[in-house]
Amino acid sequence: MTTRTVKFSIYRFDPEKDAKPYMKDYTVELDSTDRKLLDALVKLKVVDDAISFRRSCREGVCGSDAMNINGKNGLACVTDIDTLKQPIQIRPLPGLPVVRDLIVDMTQFFKQYHSIKPYVINDTPAPDRERLQSPEDREELNGLYECILCACCSTSCPSFWWNPDKFVGPAGLLAAYRFIADTRDTATNERLDNLEDPYRLFRCHSIMNCVDVCPKELNPTKAIGKIKDLMVKRIA
Amino acid sequence: MSVPVRKFDAVIVGAGGAGLRAALQLSEAGLKTAVLSKVFPTRSHTVAAQGGVSASLGNSEPDHWHWHMYDTVKGSDWLGDQDAIEFMCREAPNVVVELEHFGMPFDRNADGSIYQRPFGGHMSNFGEKPVRRACAAADRTGHAMLHALYQRNVRANTQFFVEWMALDLVRDEQGNVQGVVAMEMETSEVYVFQAKATLFATGGAGRIFASSTNAFINTGDGLGMAARAGIPLEDMEFWQFHPTGVAGAGVLITEGVRGEGGILRNSAGERFMERYAPNAKDLASRDVVSRAMVTEINEGRGCGPNKDHVLLDITHLDPEVIKSKLPGIREISIKFANVDPIKAPIPVVPTCHYQMGGIPTNYKGEVIVDEKPVTGFYAAGEVACASVHGANRLGTNSLLDLLVFGKSSGNSMIDFIKTAPKDLPVLAMADVERSLARVERLNQQSNGTQVNDARAAMQATMQKHCGVFRFKDMLAEGVAKILEVEKMVKTIEIADKSKTFNTARLEALELENLIEVAKATMISADARTESRGAHVRDDAEDTPERPNGRDDANWLKHTLWHRDGNQLKYKPVTMKPLSVDTIALKTRSY
Repeated sequence: MTTRTVKFSIYRFDPEKDAKPYMKDYTVELDSTDRKLLDALVKLKVVDDAISFRRSCREGVCGSDAMNINGKNGLACVTDIDTLKQPIQIRPLPGLPVVRDLIVDMTQFFKQYHSIKPYVINDTPAPDRERLQSPEDREELNGLYECILCACCSTSCPSFWWNPDKFVGPAGLLAAYRFIADTRDTATNERLDNLEDPYRLFRCHSIMNCVDVCPKELNPTKAIGKIKDLMVKRIA
Repeated sequence: MSVPVRKFDAVIVGAGGAGLRAALQLSEAGLKTAVLSKVFPTRSHTVAAQGGVSASLGNSEPDHWHWHMYDTVKGSDWLGDQDAIEFMCREAPNVVVELEHFGMPFDRNADGSIYQRPFGGHMSNFGEKPVRRACAAADRTGHAMLHALYQRNVRANTQFFVEWMALDLVRDEQGNVQGVVAMEMETSEVYVFQAKATLFATGGAGRIFASSTNAFINTGDGLGMAARAGIPLEDMEFWQFHPTGVAGAGVLITEGVRGEGGILRNSAGERFMERYAPNAKDLASRDVVSRAMVTEINEGRGCGPNKDHVLLDITHLDPEVIKSKLPGIREISIKFANVDPIKAPIPVVPTCHYQMGGIPTNYKGEVIVDEKPVTGFYAAGEVACASVHGANRLGTNSLLDLLVFGKSSGNSMIDFIKTAPKDLPVLAMADVERSLARVERLNQQSNGTQVNDARAAMQATMQKHCGVFRFKDMLAEGVAKILEVEKMVKTIEIADKSKTFNTARLEALELENLIEVAKATMISADARTESRGAHVRDDAEDTPERPNGRDDANWLKHTLWHRDGNQLKYKPVTMKPLSVDTIALKTRSY
């Protein structure tokens, strides 16, 4: 098996023993089958079991291993090692409090997600069978429902960095539009009321970092634009 | 030693499909419920399910729950309990429609109904020809379902304890279950969660194998906890090897690819499944397809420079169908196999995927030991063995299992809690102290075995000795080896002793669960001297009395592995359904 050597610089911080965070250099021998950044981190953890990061599905669908890789947010499990400039700089997602190493406290992120009432609201009595929805109406949900809540987008957004308590952020707003766009949901007006505020929606300035980093190639900026359009239409 | 105690009506361990579905029942009934999960709920492994959830809605062509039941019994190679299978297949349309009402973004037919696709082993009219029964949201059904269930729980105000790892089950002197000991991952603080009713919905343990479609978190925590608490594990020799894991990476490629028309080919380009399953072809049951693939590879017809995989070909499908119905598969192929399946076939190999066995339950989700429910203890989903999957699970029946038995166990818990005394009993401390000692041993251990060394030894042993095809001598050797690995696990040590989000400690605690599963698997497999479903061994010959090596005279029974002394006991298969006639034993062919 062919091997190669890869150099890393990793953000380390254990509040129990470190006064402040620091970057630590590592060199790791990788096999030809170690293709993704997560493969390398798992190998590093065998050498130094204190390196802390979240991971689960290792196929880009659970959203656990979001981190800042050479300055850009992404998922370690779907990032090819060989496309990255060395030493590969790995830091926690920016803008959220660090618990330890690459593990951030995501409370604020999920609080914003929950604030948009992320569930279908429909108080009409449900039929005995499924509620019908045309394939065209269902297609409106494509590009919205696939979000994995990894937080790459919100933590790359300057507006979220400044106002994580007031601005819903791209992930939460994408979810808000996912329910507005669902023909089975009857609470569009209530949802727009919920976002009618100088911060919650309108702090998005279309910087589009969210689109740039989304590992699922979703477009929160577009969804936010559609919500803004609905707001304007409602006033008119 | 004093440990803080938190009190609830119900505690649920695991927030995948089964845990969330059960939580919804309990929350909506107004009961004080705690849901513990090692990961944020939408990161649970249900998220990775792709192809669909089965229900005989008959949206595209005639279908019936009785046909679904027949297919499931046949798929199980008659090891499934027919009362539980009838219950599941009859409930399927209800729970799927309910899920749609919860907001699940199913794909749609032109008339607005839920889109359904064919899947392996699902046939119309008692095994005649493939039927469209798998209700799908593109090839992201598990993701869509898990998020919809989580969202509905947000609406129901379910109380989640995110990033808490349950360590051990707490039973009193009579064996009644009182709750769990659990660790808050961020602080390493240990608490007791005491409750009237406790549900395990902790999922599978595919990480006992070196190559698996399973997530890192699938470490059999519920199985380990149950085994340590004296609960036997049922039918653990039966592991499903999914035919289409990406070669080298292990990542799952859904059977829905074949449902949409995908074809498996060998090095000669031949559609080899025509030889093994002339009727169902590429949509035969998973165990059948996996064995055919391994046979092709073993006989030199594998593909690639090492002839170690076969090809899954969808290049003949309309690119628009691939983009709309299989977008996730295309993404995975490009990312993990460097192949765009619109242009070239995907290299695939059978990969460990699902455990059919688990904690013995009935179809109400009650844990059953010695023919009696264990008071206060429930299990649902992959960790449980109801047994609806028997010796081999049909694709799409796992997501169905989560919905049906998540709901039924939730309902059973509600009934039990309503009749239980208002005040919780005095907490029994023996199990709590045993659990604390386990953590303390890990904190104190030095000069022991590295976690990674013990885990790698376990995974290599399972992979080599207990795979798609099993051999008498290899199994016997495997038992000896896995008992050696167990000794290694007893002295595992960690260098990192921090109390802040210590993932090294968590991995060590997980390994202590995995080893229980590995022992149960190897020892149960070594003892079962027949071939049935996913368990196929070289010394079980194909004879007229024992077609395909299946020995109903001696082995139509469930295995029960007990941790204490590695004893094996057996119990009969429930052949009598709830309302219809028994689906009689016959030779299984597709």
